[in-house]
Amino acid sequence: MSSKILELKNVSKIYGNLKALADINLSVNSGDWLSIMGPSGSGKTTMINIIGCMDTPSIGSVILDGVDISKESAANLTRIRRDKIGLIFQQFHLISYLTAVENVMVAQYYHSMPDEEEALEALAKVGLADRANHLPAQLSGGEQQRVCIARALINSPQILLGDEPTGNLDEYNEGIVVDIFRKLHDEGVTIIIVTHDPEVGDAAQRKIILEHGRVILQSKI
Amino acid sequence: MFWHMIIKTLIRQRSKMLMIAFTVILGVSLSTAMMNVMLGVGDKVNRELKVYGANITVRHKDAALMSDLYGLNEGLGVNDKFLYEEDVLKLKTIFWGFNIIDFAPMLDGRATMNSSSEVSLTGTWTEKHAVLSTGEELSTGLKSLRKWWDVKGEWLNENDDDSVMVGSILASENDIHIGDKITLTNDSYTKDYTVKGIFNDGGNSDSKILMTLSAVQDIMNLHGKVSSIEISALTTPDNDLARKAAQDPHSLSPDEYETWYCTAYVSAICHQIQEVIRDGVAKPVRQVAESEGTILNKTTLLMVLITILSSIGSALAISNLITASVIERSQELGLLKALGAYNWQIALLVLAEIMLTSLIGGILGYFLGIGFAQVIGQTVFGSYIEIARMVILIVAVILFFVTIAGSIPAIRYLMALKPTEVLHGK
Repeated sequence: MSSKILELKNVSKIYGNLKALADINLSVNSGDWLSIMGPSGSGKTTMINIIGCMDTPSIGSVILDGVDISKESAANLTRIRRDKIGLIFQQFHLISYLTAVENVMVAQYYHSMPDEEEALEALAKVGLADRANHLPAQLSGGEQQRVCIARALINSPQILLGDEPTGNLDEYNEGIVVDIFRKLHDEGVTIIIVTHDPEVGDAAQRKIILEHGRVILQSKI
Repeated sequence: MFWHMIIKTLIRQRSKMLMIAFTVILGVSLSTAMMNVMLGVGDKVNRELKVYGANITVRHKDAALMSDLYGLNEGLGVNDKFLYEEDVLKLKTIFWGFNIIDFAPMLDGRATMNSSSEVSLTGTWTEKHAVLSTGEELSTGLKSLRKWWDVKGEWLNENDDDSVMVGSILASENDIHIGDKITLTNDSYTKDYTVKGIFNDGGNSDSKILMTLSAVQDIMNLHGKVSSIEISALTTPDNDLARKAAQDPHSLSPDEYETWYCTAYVSAICHQIQEVIRDGVAKPVRQVAESEGTILNKTTLLMVLITILSSIGSALAISNLITASVIERSQELGLLKALGAYNWQIALLVLAEIMLTSLIGGILGYFLGIGFAQVIGQTVFGSYIEIARMVILIVAVILFFVTIAGSIPAIRYLMALKPTEVLHGK
């Protein structure tokens, strides 16, 4: 039986009079693939920021790999994020003046030590071995997102966290990225993805739907 | 990876980095020029001020006493007290002899001109050439001490014992022209002299006749005697120690005395002059000495202010440029935070980029500043400014702190930067 890697207990995030998240309870087992869906302003990004250690809840606790991270300092959250989370962004956020392999190595540099061979292996895993020395501007959107996935995977995180990872991709590239996720899931990687796209959402093993900061539907696919 | 990112950032942001480097070049060049001029300007400003005349006079101690007690500068007890001409060249043998730029002995006398009116005479060295006992050659005299004189005709030469120069008022009152002959008589001594020049001093001297020292000694029958000595010396502005010593050098402790004696305070130079001029009392012409000190201090202050203002200006310009650069890169820096970089690691990255740019700008600015200093030296003082090595250290320290100070707003901005705010730009 899989172990629990993440648990949200009565998590709320309040900005002034606005409750971005309201009393969320959620648990994710190691190796799960979870989609978080919902309309704009439903709290998806707030939730992923909290899970990704880039924000803390106003109320409630977040247990990540057995550690309550809801009261950790900013520096500790940075360390935890670096060690346990791999981030994928809708807009890729590659450093424009570094090549694909160098972008992967940046994540290694801030985690431990850059290793070009390992970075090249990560790129090969997402099908970009031959594009390693290209700058982001020389890559297509789909290729840039695959570099972003390689960068997220390079430090072997416990959770791969994607914020609209296919939001900027065409159907063809979306298919490639979803296939990569499928392969990673088969390998046992825990994946949590925020998405608007029903096809991407349906590819996951589990799905939750948020509205006005509350979970209105939680289902197994 | 660290240096790789820095180099690539410098190349990518080269226009901004060039602007930062240009700001640093301007600031450093100005600071370097001002500091080199400031450190080398003391003697140069002093030399410039020497055109305004002597700053020390030496008189016989009794004549000086009469002047101090009763305000008498002529008459019995003053005019009949003399120094020895043979002592005059000893001035260059004192510890601060090198700082004595020019000097001239003066002998005052009176004679009857053309058997009609009585006139005042002043005998002096106009352009004395001598070889000291040390072998050093010397050229000094009143011509160097009265650079502001407007002279029609010519100055007297060293051995022009048959010529005179006449003050402009006296010449005008008696209708004397260049080339005229005048007869001077004192007791049984009578001699004709040719008017070689007419001078305009703007003071009492315009009613006098100027002659060579030996000519006046002959008329007054005072061979080997002088009334006073005018001295122009390079001095250090007075401070509390100098003022205390001027009142009584014996009140100083041995250490204070050594410091005072070995510093070119006007009182220290006067003290040493008295050691070689028999019966002489040397006194600073306070107004001139203090003006020199004031002008020197103000010149130095002005340059320090320019250096400070240029540093502040550079810091502000650097601050704007760095902040603009960091804001422009906020997504990239936010990403690094998201990937696990601590605040200090990102601050170090940005500071290293700025420091490297400042270092390059600083080196170029230093050499440009040396050029500026030489231009100032040539234009203002007509000579090269000596390069002070300590300026390198001072400029490096100023540059370091200016760069750090200029980076503070940018560092504060990136410390407060939240990855969530810059990475979800939907």
